[in-house]
Amino acid sequence: MENVALSNVGRKAVVQGSKRSLRRRLAPWLFVLPFFSLYLLFLAYPALRVGYLSLTNSDIAGQGNFVGAANFLTLFQDQDFWASVIHTGYFVLLTVVPNTLMGFLLALLVVRLKRFKLFVLACFFLPYILPVSVVYDAAIWVLDTNFGIVNLFLGSNTSWFQDPVLAMPAVAGVTIWWTVGLNMLLFIAGLQNIPQEYYEAAALDGAGAFQRFLRITCPLIWPVASLVLLLQLILQFKIFDQIYLLTLGGPFNSTMVVLLYMYRQGFQQGRGGYAATIALMLVLIIIVVSLIQFRVLRIRRTPQ
Amino acid sequence: MKSKRFSVLGLFCTLFTLVMALAWIFPIYWITITSLKSEDQTIVVPPSFIPWPPNFDSFVYVLQTSPFIRWYLNTIFVSVTVTFFSILFALMCGYALSQLQFPGRKVVYTSILVGFMLPFSALAVPLFMMLNHFKLVNSFAGLILPQIVVPLSVIVFKQFFDDVPRDFRDAALIDGANNWRILFRVYLPMNWNITWAMSIVTFIGTWNNFFWPLIITNSTPMLTIPVGMTQIQLAYGVQFAEICATAVLASIPTAATYILFQKRVTQGVMAVAGLK
Repeated sequence: MENVALSNVGRKAVVQGSKRSLRRRLAPWLFVLPFFSLYLLFLAYPALRVGYLSLTNSDIAGQGNFVGAANFLTLFQDQDFWASVIHTGYFVLLTVVPNTLMGFLLALLVVRLKRFKLFVLACFFLPYILPVSVVYDAAIWVLDTNFGIVNLFLGSNTSWFQDPVLAMPAVAGVTIWWTVGLNMLLFIAGLQNIPQEYYEAAALDGAGAFQRFLRITCPLIWPVASLVLLLQLILQFKIFDQIYLLTLGGPFNSTMVVLLYMYRQGFQQGRGGYAATIALMLVLIIIVVSLIQFRVLRIRRTPQ
Repeated sequence: MKSKRFSVLGLFCTLFTLVMALAWIFPIYWITITSLKSEDQTIVVPPSFIPWPPNFDSFVYVLQTSPFIRWYLNTIFVSVTVTFFSILFALMCGYALSQLQFPGRKVVYTSILVGFMLPFSALAVPLFMMLNHFKLVNSFAGLILPQIVVPLSVIVFKQFFDDVPRDFRDAALIDGANNWRILFRVYLPMNWNITWAMSIVTFIGTWNNFFWPLIITNSTPMLTIPVGMTQIQLAYGVQFAEICATAVLASIPTAATYILFQKRVTQGVMAVAGLK
């Protein structure tokens, strides 16, 4: 009897122990779950849902039937969609490299400053932290056809955002004004990481300023430059806000970009399934670009 | 001779930089002073660059004739709530991924990395449908909940926690501290700067978010500042003094945050971009 009782106690202890260890093993999930459950609900599920919706003719409330690849067939023949892809590509072309080069130029100008450095830094960076609607206000006021200070200064009557040829470059210019500050900061950090001794040693060897720039600054800044380029590439593919506010895709659809086309199809025409198909195409483009970006991020981080 | 030539070149570069900086900030200066002009003064040619005395009529007009204060309160509520929960949950998740061993850890981390690459705007359609299904369109919950999920914050916190020497955790464990205490009493204080930086960047980002409020709100009282402003522009047309006044009011919180916490904002945006 005693033995049985003992073994029962022992078994109870074992059971309690395994319960406790199970609890201990699952306790970390208490840290993970608040974020991860929201993540599953508001990111993972919609991501999978985009794939399914693209195979349906759902309206924007989600009511519809399975239609197979019909949306994709429509999409591939949809002139407006391909035009929006080309316009997005054009915008990417107008912003990614110019914005990166501009950031690099500003960084070069700012790092060598001894006085006014904080002030100059703030001047270039401040636009970046403004809401896009304020950027829009600044743009339509400064570039106003009749009373804008730029047109007064140029003595012209240019309607920057109503001209089919000028609209996209104007939006790109506003975008660069708005966001170049971030690129500048990243380049400044990169420039400050280059050891000063390299420049001193090169100067002792008789290298001129231009040679030092070409042989030291350029190669050593390249990791940061490639990071900025990829961040820009991903960001600019997602162009929506500025276009929505400044041109609404016009004039004559000359600035209709992919996300705005998705917004029109989904939220204004109620074609949820078709909008999901457009979104899926954009995701595919961006995932390819992001994978490249992630590799670069990892390459950059290993030496640290 | 040579050094003198260089100092002339240096002076030229400095002057050029200053001119560029002033040109860059000019649009912000211009909307600020336009907001202090009367509507008639805004279209006087040549324009005055220092309007004196300042005229606050357009501010009064905007605040009296539009739901600007309501939008302001909406945006403060949304931004503060999103920032608090987004940072808290990211800290907890980042700590677990960095310091704790548990079944499913790899799966969680990999899926967060994948989530980081997904563009939020491309998920807007199914997200809208889901919130519509739960009757959360045009609600604070609909505005706030999806914005709390920022996979990048988790990744940043995990990386910073990875760099904390293990001795600190071991010592705390020997002292009998549990993981909650270790996170909030050891790891959080040690990474206070980056937490603060990420909070400020999240706050600015949420305040400025245009796309999501545009999609999920559909009635005037529920709008946030960036979307509400566009309604004012539609209503006022070419009333530039009033438009500029709304722009100034809308920029005050983020601009003030930047000017007060310049260093933390810089640290935050760099961490978000992938530079420590």
